[in-house]
Amino acid sequence: MSKVLKDLLYSKSHEWVKKLNEEEVLIGISDYAAKQLGSIVFVDLPEAGDTVEAESEFGAVESVKAASDLISPVTGEVIEINEELVGEPELVNEDPYSAWLIKVKLDNPEELEELLSADDYEEIL
Amino acid sequence: MMYNKLIFEISQPGRVGYSLPKRQFTKYDIKDLGNHLRQTDALLPEVSELDCVRHFTNISKKNFGVENGFYPLGSCTMKYNPKINEELVKTMSFAKLHPYQPISTVQGALRAYYELQNALSEISGLEEFSLNPFAGAHGELVGLMVMKEYHMARGDFKRTKVIVPDSAHGTNPASITVCGMEAVEIVSNDQGMVDIEALKAVLNDEIAGMMLTNPNTLGIFEKDIVEITKLVHEAGGLMYYDGANLNALLGKVRPGDMGFDIMHINLHKTFSTPHGGGGPGSGPVGVKDFLIDYLPNPRVKKLEDYYYVANVGDAIGQISGYFGNFLVALRAYSYILNLGKENLMQVGPLATLNANYVRQALKNDYYLPIEGYCMHEVVFDGLKDNPHEIRTLDVAKRLLDYGMHAPTIYFPLLFHQSIMIEPTETESLQTINDFIDVMKKIAKEAKEDPDTLRNAPLSTPITRTDEVFAAKEMIFSYKDYLEYINSKG
Amino acid sequence: MFKYFPHTKDDIEFMLKELNVSSINELFSGISENVQLKNDYDLKSSMSEQEVRQYFKELSQENRELVIFSGMGIYDHYQPSVIDAITSRQEFLTSYTPYQPEISQGTLQYIFEYQSMIQSLTGLDVSNASMYDGATAAAEACFMATSISRRNKILISKTLNPGTIKVIKTYFKFKGVEYDYVEADNGVFDIEDYKKKLDGEIAGVIVQNPNFFGLIEDYTGVADATHANKSVMIQYSDISALGVLKTPGENEADIACGDCQSLGMPVAFGGPTIGYLATTKKHVRKLPGRICGYTTDTEGKRAFVLTLQAREQHIRRAKANSNICSNQSLMVLYSAVYLSVMGKQGIKEVNALSYENAHYLYDRLLGTGKFFDNFKKPFLKEFTLETTISHDLIAQALLEKGIFGGFSLGGISEEYDNLINFAVTEKRTKEEIDRLVEVLEGLV
Repeated sequence: MSKVLKDLLYSKSHEWVKKLNEEEVLIGISDYAAKQLGSIVFVDLPEAGDTVEAESEFGAVESVKAASDLISPVTGEVIEINEELVGEPELVNEDPYSAWLIKVKLDNPEELEELLSADDYEEIL
Repeated sequence: MMYNKLIFEISQPGRVGYSLPKRQFTKYDIKDLGNHLRQTDALLPEVSELDCVRHFTNISKKNFGVENGFYPLGSCTMKYNPKINEELVKTMSFAKLHPYQPISTVQGALRAYYELQNALSEISGLEEFSLNPFAGAHGELVGLMVMKEYHMARGDFKRTKVIVPDSAHGTNPASITVCGMEAVEIVSNDQGMVDIEALKAVLNDEIAGMMLTNPNTLGIFEKDIVEITKLVHEAGGLMYYDGANLNALLGKVRPGDMGFDIMHINLHKTFSTPHGGGGPGSGPVGVKDFLIDYLPNPRVKKLEDYYYVANVGDAIGQISGYFGNFLVALRAYSYILNLGKENLMQVGPLATLNANYVRQALKNDYYLPIEGYCMHEVVFDGLKDNPHEIRTLDVAKRLLDYGMHAPTIYFPLLFHQSIMIEPTETESLQTINDFIDVMKKIAKEAKEDPDTLRNAPLSTPITRTDEVFAAKEMIFSYKDYLEYINSKG
Repeated sequence: MFKYFPHTKDDIEFMLKELNVSSINELFSGISENVQLKNDYDLKSSMSEQEVRQYFKELSQENRELVIFSGMGIYDHYQPSVIDAITSRQEFLTSYTPYQPEISQGTLQYIFEYQSMIQSLTGLDVSNASMYDGATAAAEACFMATSISRRNKILISKTLNPGTIKVIKTYFKFKGVEYDYVEADNGVFDIEDYKKKLDGEIAGVIVQNPNFFGLIEDYTGVADATHANKSVMIQYSDISALGVLKTPGENEADIACGDCQSLGMPVAFGGPTIGYLATTKKHVRKLPGRICGYTTDTEGKRAFVLTLQAREQHIRRAKANSNICSNQSLMVLYSAVYLSVMGKQGIKEVNALSYENAHYLYDRLLGTGKFFDNFKKPFLKEFTLETTISHDLIAQALLEKGIFGGFSLGGISEEYDNLINFAVTEKRTKEEIDRLVEVLEGLV
């Protein structure tokens, strides 16, 4: 069984979003996505200052035998990336909910309303 | 103790493995190039000739070739590679020709090229071939370029999408992208074939064509092929035949007769040129008459008894520096002459007989997802009675312990535990029976002794490898390796 | 019966019985009669091995082996016998891509050794083992540059081999990549013109050293200007020459590519060869094709595997960096064996001998008073001169003496009309060189 944290929002493409405040969110991939990929060996992330767009690719996660594009659930500016993942991509497997990928400043906080609640996400799994 | 040295580890400063002619003109000195020269010597080994030969002989023993044993690698057509083909191309003048030599001095090479073009045309039912593409995937790309150029030349710029079934080889969609077009994937029906309704749903005036392997990657002949080609043609698209599985059709069906307009042939599969550990291959591309002018330059043509090289204005351009992997093509020509028409007619039937015999013999032990006759290869979806959840990977690894190469596994992607077995026409009933016995034994072990399978192979030069380590540490050279060893102390 | 088909009549009958069918044809019953072949192929009847040999001998005799004084990307270097002996071993020759590492360590290890040698020759970090030839490696290098920079225009040095330019232009046309040229200044890359053309659209630049005239180029300032513009520098070189010349790494190039034909491969009418493609660790995920890496097995033993496969077509399909599926393994082995026997000293000596032979010919040709050097720039084993003697006349006169030499550049561009290119390797003897000069001295 995959873990779904209650206080997060989710996308259909298995990214999670954590609201830090009205303007800023963290984005990561769900436990389900991490388990599907298997041992993650590389995380390809944008640079701070890049912009991301809802429903567009912003990077990729790679395991030995698979690669999956990361689809941004929101639109905004990348203000920080999780540098730890560069050297230790396996952190995503160890705890996908603390191994966030990027921190984004939202252009349009209303977009969050479009995302799935934990219960809805569990439903689609 | 198995040999376990890198060539760099047997190197000794001052040793040499070469003998070059003496200097003829001591008046000149390369040192005069001064700061154009590299600052330090390249890190190359220093070994005697015997050291070198022993090294490579010893590591060759850790390999498995077609002459070691059964090699049923699906979709790869690992047939016997005749010795005569090797000898002919190496010992005669062909290897000594410079590609820019005057045409009058390479008439034999051009004639061989020209005659092989024609033989491939006859075998495939397409009017003309170019032997320039270097490999199967290169042939796909070149064939798609021809397809795109055809539409562009007619001013039909909208056609930028190419249909591929979800069972297609990964190179198909990848080649479409490299050609600057978009892949449109359609689902297969429950028989593993093209779903006609799904095909109709994507046909419109943006479709440049469709790529199809037939028999498909499940080893099944697309029975609706005539309707498929008709539908695509009516929608204004062209049909591309991926020749990966052509071996099945030799002597039975020609792609041109099924309605295909463009195709490539993997000479290293169907026409027995050695796979060489993954290359060099050769992927000639053939087309129907209305596409001939788009074939890549340079072209080899004939006027009366004289062969010449032409560059055609409407061609897609050049996709190779010269004439492709010419020596590979020559081996294929030798094979075709050796077999002749009567034996070429037997290739598909005998390969198909072998595959069906394997299908019949193993279907009680391995799950056969699609009933009915297969063509030259058969696909199972893992073990049938499998209480310990033994994976296809474990079955494949155990086969290595029994001295056989594993089939292709986890392809096609339509099934989760695919095992794709291709016993070519050069394999005897006895060899195939041995394989069947081993596969049945493994099925039994899967029930009684699952750990042996999970730990297999144990009798090979190495056991299973840590692929996560390789991908994370990224040690790609002896330099990286030394740095890694030193960092560990 | 036929020697490659082991099926006896009894075998076939037995197998059909097991399948519960009366003929092999029944297995094809799912195929519509309309598309099935009605007659045998219209091809020659089967030839015995002896007849095939005779046929090939006749074809072979229609060719003429010449003493080669031309290069333009394919060089007539000597191939030590060990190469053929080792590459003919069936364990290497007949196996496939090493998908099962447990029984493919031979292939994987020599790929690792080859990658190590290319790493050192180029001075970059990582090499693949997959490219068909130099020209397609150059096209892949340019695609890498567009992917790294996320831009879509390549600057091509006019001193890049015209054959290579033709191939990359075809690739560009279909992928939709734009390009422009950087002019040549007296036969070499014009850095001032390059700087003028560098702007925010430029993904990268591809230069060649030694260039197609044979001249050695100086890239001082090229990498700096390129990187300041966030573009990618690609250096194309004949790999053998990198045994002595300044490396792409020393020039701070981001990608190195070229052909390995000069490493023990016959001229072979142009193929097969192998293209090399190397880059820095930073860009390794943009590098297409097979890459071999070090790891261990479950018992801790050293092992090699194909790695970073998630970049490749069989996993990424339409989103892969490239459609490449080959690893040009047998030609990797040619290169690795050649570089093993030549080694650290041999690779320098073979270049030194070629240099000396080429410079002797150069001086002799200038001495005839019929050939002129407009460039007066350093070169290694290949050089370009101007002459007013008809190139057809030269070719014809040399052919009568069994020599192929002097590649006319006139066909490439009008501006090269009177230029003719010579290449001289360590194989050429003084007597052969003198013979060539003697023929040309007699022409007007």
